[in-house]
Amino acid sequence: MEKTLNNKAWFLVLPVLVLVAFSAVIPLMTVVNYSVQDTFGNNQFFWAGTEWFQELLASSRFWAAIGRNLVFSGIILAIEVPLGILIALNMPRKGWGVPVCLVLMALPLLIPWNVVGTIWQVFGRTDIGLMGYYLNALGINYNYVQNPIDAWVTVIVMDVWHWTSLVVLLCYAGLVSIPDAFYQAAKIDGASRWAVFRYIQLPKMQRVLLIAVLLRFMDSFMIYTEPFVVTGGGPGNSTTFLSIDLVKMALGQFDLGPAAAMSLVYFLIILLLSWVFYTVMTNYDSGR
Amino acid sequence: MNVDFSWMAWTWPTAAFFATIFLMLVGMGVWEYVLPGGNPRVGILRFETTRGDRLFVSLLGSAFIHIAWLGLVGPNLWWALALSVVYAVGVFRYV
Repeated sequence: MEKTLNNKAWFLVLPVLVLVAFSAVIPLMTVVNYSVQDTFGNNQFFWAGTEWFQELLASSRFWAAIGRNLVFSGIILAIEVPLGILIALNMPRKGWGVPVCLVLMALPLLIPWNVVGTIWQVFGRTDIGLMGYYLNALGINYNYVQNPIDAWVTVIVMDVWHWTSLVVLLCYAGLVSIPDAFYQAAKIDGASRWAVFRYIQLPKMQRVLLIAVLLRFMDSFMIYTEPFVVTGGGPGNSTTFLSIDLVKMALGQFDLGPAAAMSLVYFLIILLLSWVFYTVMTNYDSGR
Repeated sequence: MNVDFSWMAWTWPTAAFFATIFLMLVGMGVWEYVLPGGNPRVGILRFETTRGDRLFVSLLGSAFIHIAWLGLVGPNLWWALALSVVYAVGVFRYV
């Protein structure tokens, strides 16, 4: 490959480097520094070495939270991605229905996380909540405050309600970019509905699906506000995800060292899984 | 203006750690300047990687080697470091 003739273009990257340094790199360095020390406040730190990491790796509380997070992300992806594709495939491509559908789809995305949590917290209450009250009236014993399975179902349904729209909008953007000539060629060849989806629509949605899967995975793996508002991590610890546990440790107990160690391991897991997702999906795309 | 970085709670080992990462990035920059293009190739993972990808895989893998060592063996991380260097050499040679 030719050598770059003008390296001055690198200066154009400087603003974003400065921004990333202040928003990500410097805080991350601070977390690394905290993870090997102990503090009792007043900006005084004492060297602890790898003690917090060892404590964390031997902690059943940490592994249980990771397990819950992975199961939650797995369920979320298994529901939201196919559902998002299905809705996008059935959305109109022309006429007045397009803006109506797009606005309806965008609505849940515009609601702040804590408001979504509050909506579902009230919605699921057995005394005044529309869903909770009527489920019990129908004879279904539903109570997300006492039953861990009900709490999980509520948190999952809430996330599906909040975020499937994102997958829908991304898939829809991929679908509308397919030229009509593709569909005409498929029609001439007598392709079935499934063949059109499998060989035209799905490949054309590959890139946006990659973004959707990555965004939904990272977001669901970092989920905090909605389950915190609805269940507070309970009943017991049944919906205590890593982020909820982390905040309890860092702000509730003010254990900055262990919380920093946990943050770093949490960060590395997200980095690894995101890299695996990205590599698998981009190479599948280029290998076809 | 006196800039106070005490809130970042720096220690010598963590400063050395970040200095090493920084030197690696500078080294990669120099390497790219001398041999531009990133040397893309398809290795044992059977997909194309550049030098930057190989450094990323090496660093990420080394982090997990250290964590696994801490969890499974103990706090003496020199062997984990040695293993990470061997792993990184392997990544740069075969991936």
